Formats: sequence, structure tokens, C-alpha cells
Amino acid sequence: MNAAQFLTIFISAVFIYNVILSRFLGLCSFIAISKETKPALAMSLAVMFVTTMSSIITWFIYRFLLIPFNLTYLRTISFILVIATFVQFVEMFIRKISPPMYRFFGIYLPLITVNCAVLGVAVLNVDMFFVNSKAVAGSFYYSTFQGICVGLGYTLAMLLMSGIRERLDLANVPKSVKDFPLAFIIASIMSLSFMGFNGFRF
Amino acid sequence: MKKLFYEFLKGIIKENPTFVLVLGLCPTLAVSISLINGIGMGIAATFVLLGSNIIISLIRNIVPERIRIPCFIVIIATFVTITEMAMKAYSPALNRALGIYVPLIVVNCIVLGRAEAYAQKHSVLNSLFDGLGMGVGFTLALLLISGIREILGAGKILGFSIIKGFEPVFVLGMPSGALLVIGLLLGFFNVLKNRKI
Repeated sequence: MNAAQFLTIFISAVFIYNVILSRFLGLCSFIAISKETKPALAMSLAVMFVTTMSSIITWFIYRFLLIPFNLTYLRTISFILVIATFVQFVEMFIRKISPPMYRFFGIYLPLITVNCAVLGVAVLNVDMFFVNSKAVAGSFYYSTFQGICVGLGYTLAMLLMSGIRERLDLANVPKSVKDFPLAFIIASIMSLSFMGFNGFRF
Repeated sequence: MKKLFYEFLKGIIKENPTFVLVLGLCPTLAVSISLINGIGMGIAATFVLLGSNIIISLIRNIVPERIRIPCFIVIIATFVTITEMAMKAYSPALNRALGIYVPLIVVNCIVLGRAEAYAQKHSVLNSLFDGLGMGVGFTLALLLISGIREILGAGKILGFSIIKGFEPVFVLGMPSGALLVIGLLLGFFNVLKNRKI
């Protein structure tokens, strides 16, 4: 466990392999909710929280349940169940303690259950930080940090996209490419510019 | 019989999951670098759709309303695990190429969407044809996108070069090429739709 490793995880998760623009995880919500900045920010914060927490939870499940009992083939089922339960629980909790906060991002929480980014980061953590069913040294910290960074990358892409789309409301675009097609073309150009980070290796 | 045929056909054109419903885009974009990946992903997703639609419509009267989503997810995840294990055993190269996108079929919106919108309200036979139609529609969309990307982006079909001296459009093989192709295709289908009316 060293600082360089953390820096590498940060750069690669946020810029080089950005969840949305390079790995295509969580694309549905990215296209659907990025019309205005405020909901986009709320959704991003919710996603960041859930990716971080689910990285932690799934690490414990994988390390202390699935590996000792030789059940690693159950990883997809167990991860998605735990994530769905956790998201449901958080939604209930927020609704109970803070109605304004619930109004701010609670409505996006159910959507996150089927957001590929959350299950994607859990599976990625397992692929990257477990070698031959053994945890790499410091893998817990790496997994948690990767969860945070994936959330950050999602937020970055979401904010950029919603800023661009807010401006586009005023532009005169052909009827046939309005909304979805145009959003994809913008995302493509953004992804092209993110490719510039590719040379950024350590 | 005619009704069943309609259920099958609507998934291919009228309610095509990729181009009309715009669902399940993550695997569509990530995997469509080459035709062979597209075919593999299409078959895997079709199998999962078919299996989950059948089982969910079988148990639709037993499952309580409030816990239906977790039940559906467990059923879908089971089929995905079966697919993943079969793929690992019989086609390790394909499994390596598709990578984390195989377990991610679980969160593919098409599968849960069909369970929620169709299979839990209709009979087994109808759901079977609906799942098959949606799967075939998804596969065809994947074939179209990955075909365009492989032919123009690499100058090949299924790994064989087709035109000698053709300079490939390198960007189509990159992630941004996938977004560009699907954006332009969606726009193109909108043009066709707007002209018809």
C-alpha cells in the first residue's frame, strides 16, 4: 500500500477509464438525467455514496463469505442482492430523518439499484484486487478508494454533460437529432477529448 | 398463433429495445467493437431474457406485489450466472473479450424492464415469444452497430480483411466511436420515422 498506487487508481478511474465515457457504465442515467445541472449533481452525489458503500460491503462479502466457503461463482447474485437491499435501506433511512434531503436526491436512489456503475465497480474491485482468490495487500483500502474515484468520475462527466445540454436548449437543432441522438453525439466528442488522458500513464 | 407471431415481431422493429426504447445501452456500446463480440453478447442476453421471462410469468401469481423486484433480480442473476459459467467453460476467449459485461447483464435495463412491464402480467407462452423477440431485436441492433464499427473501424468482417488498401477509420474502434455510431443511427431512424408521418 503506497501513495503512488492511490494516485494511479485516482487518475485511471476518474480520467483514463472514466466510468461513463470509456467504460460505458451507468449510461442510461447519464443520458436521462443530465438535462439540468441540479438534478444531475444530486444524482451524482447519490451514485458516489452508493459506489463507495457498495465497494466496502462487497469487499467484506467476497473476502469473508464467498472465498472461505468456495462460493465465488455466486458473486453476481450476492452482490446485486446486497446492493439492492442497501439502496432500499438508505432510501428508507433518508426519508425518515431528513425529508428535504430525500426530496433532493432520494428519488434517484431506486434508479441506482439498476445502475451498471455500482455493480460494475464491485466486480472490477474483485477482478483487480483479488489474485487467485486471495486479497492483495491493502486491497480493502484500494477497493474503497476506487469506489470513491469511480463516483468522482461519474460526477465529472455528469456535470460537464449537463452544463453543455443546458446551453443547447437555446440552440436550433434539427428535429430528428433532438434529445437522445444529440446527447450521444456530444458524449462521443467528450469521450474523444478524454482520450487525451491516455498518454497519462505512470 | 397470429398473436404470438406479433409478440415476437414487435421486439424486432416496433419496440426495438435499443433504437426505440433506448434501454440496455451499456453492453451495447462497450461490447460492439467486433461482430463476434456482438453475436456472443446478443446470444447471452437472449438466453437470459428468455429464461427470466418464462420463470417470472410462471410465478407471477405467487410472488407478493411488494417484494417482486428482489425476486425478479434473483431469478435474472441466476440465469446470468448460468450463462457466465457456460461461457467460461465452452468459450473462454469470448468470456475474456466480454469481461465484466457478462455479469453486468443482471443490471441490463431490458431484462428487468421486460419482467416488470410484460412477463408479470402475461401468460407463459406470450412471455416466451416476447422474450425471444426482444432478444432477437437486441441481437440485431448489436449486429448493426458492431458491423458498422468493425467494417469501417478495422476494415474487417469477423476478423477477415475485406478491402485491400482500405485505411480504417481508427476512431470508430475507440469508445467515442461507439457513442458516435449510436447517436447517428438514432438520428437516422428518427428521420425515417418523421418522414413516414
